[in-house]
Amino acid sequence: MKRLVLRLVFVLALPALLVAVWWLASDGSTNVFWPPLRTILQTFPDVWTAERLRADVLPSIWRLAAGYALAAVVGVAVGTVIGSYRRVRAVCEPVLEFLRAVPPPVLLPVIMLFAGIGDTMKVTVIASGCVWPILLNTVEGVRAVDPVMLETARSYGITGPSRLRNLVLRSASPQIFAGLRQSLSIGIILMVISEMSAASNGIGFTIVQFQRSFAVPDMWTGILVLGLLGYLLSVLFQLVERRVLAWYHGLRASTRRSP
Amino acid sequence: MRLQNAALGAAGLAAFLALGEAVPRLGLVKEEYFPPTSRIASAFADELSDGAFWTALGDTLTGWALGLAIAVSAGIVIGVIVSVVPYLREATASTIEFLRPIPSVALIPLAVLLYGSELRSVLLLVVYAAFWQVLIQTLYGVQDVDPVADETARSYGLGTWARIRHVLWPTALPYVMTGVRLAAAVALILAITGELVIGAPGLGARIAVAQNSQAVPEMYALIVVTGLLGLLINVGARTVERRALAWHQSVRGEVAV
Repeated sequence: MKRLVLRLVFVLALPALLVAVWWLASDGSTNVFWPPLRTILQTFPDVWTAERLRADVLPSIWRLAAGYALAAVVGVAVGTVIGSYRRVRAVCEPVLEFLRAVPPPVLLPVIMLFAGIGDTMKVTVIASGCVWPILLNTVEGVRAVDPVMLETARSYGITGPSRLRNLVLRSASPQIFAGLRQSLSIGIILMVISEMSAASNGIGFTIVQFQRSFAVPDMWTGILVLGLLGYLLSVLFQLVERRVLAWYHGLRASTRRSP
Repeated sequence: MRLQNAALGAAGLAAFLALGEAVPRLGLVKEEYFPPTSRIASAFADELSDGAFWTALGDTLTGWALGLAIAVSAGIVIGVIVSVVPYLREATASTIEFLRPIPSVALIPLAVLLYGSELRSVLLLVVYAAFWQVLIQTLYGVQDVDPVADETARSYGLGTWARIRHVLWPTALPYVMTGVRLAAAVALILAITGELVIGAPGLGARIAVAQNSQAVPEMYALIVVTGLLGLLINVGARTVERRALAWHQSVRGEVAV
């Protein structure tokens, strides 16, 4: 019980302190850009009503989910093919290195040319930015599959889809998850940016509207919403990762204990 | 084997460029959307002979380097302090976990209001994004210190500073270098994003201008430039990493590429 309380103190002390400092420091603030935290929090429920959640937040999340899922499927599929064949890898490597090095947001103008400014454009932008970390990590993961295991699988006659699912993808999954994690933050960045430049709804669009109309407290609430969204998604990701990679973390812990 | 790989890679690159030439020429996509490689190449050559391009490149690199330098030094200093001072690691863990996933682009509207389309707007984004990469890696690195080595140093009477210098820093350095490499790539993304969205001077702003004036080949040429820049930064960061860790097992055991 005492330990639990102590842990709770550790978890909550600094955030409480920071919020308190923000609250006190900004309380008498007359600076337009740094409104008092009190005002921001009072504005919050007025701005983020159920109607706005439905009209702006849901479309954003839908685009992010669609783009991210598309990137995951394409990245893992193409990455597995490239990773499995040495020659294919050698042919593709320089091109992939270059494509990965292109900062994803500059794809926005290009994709706007092709796909206009609708939802297709936003989903494509998100997918085309997210795909590279997933793809390259999958290549690395598939390439690093233990050759002994490959031989064993071959001698047991495990081939085709079952070899792919139970051996190749499974042993590459820690790497694939590393790629998925990197892509998550890229995805959020691209979601916001694609909505900032051409959109009629979405979180990014809303925040820019507030900024242009100098509704500063409203804009701050938008920043808070984005922060919360980023945090929630990363927590969700960790939960999924811990479940899917439970075998891997267990394996690592046990090898560490018995050197 | 390596020669063969290089040849295959060159063939892949050539095929990629040839495809870029053939697809619009055959009319598979509209030429005004996707100009053939040769037109992008000539636009690229035009850019290289344009003084304004070099100014923009300089602006982008300034924002990138300055932001990265601030983020790396802050990340290392804060990371070491947080892990060395007792209890500070536990007390800050929840705050770090909360602040880290906040997308840096959320700060764009604030940056615009505070600094307009200046270098400082870009710096705000770059520093925020790159800082976490370095901080997290530094924290991991310091955690990895062998307790026996630390105890030994302590029992030989090494002070805090000497232990940081001789025990903690060499252990943490490989992690820190990984953080710096990731931060360098992230900093470039955010520098160019800031310019693209906010309009601060640099390559990003030039891309936005090219897009608005329908100068499609120029736009593609500039995008190629950002890709090459990213490639150069990746290779550069890898080289620095290998130099700095030449003594470390992970590098010594590795075949030089």
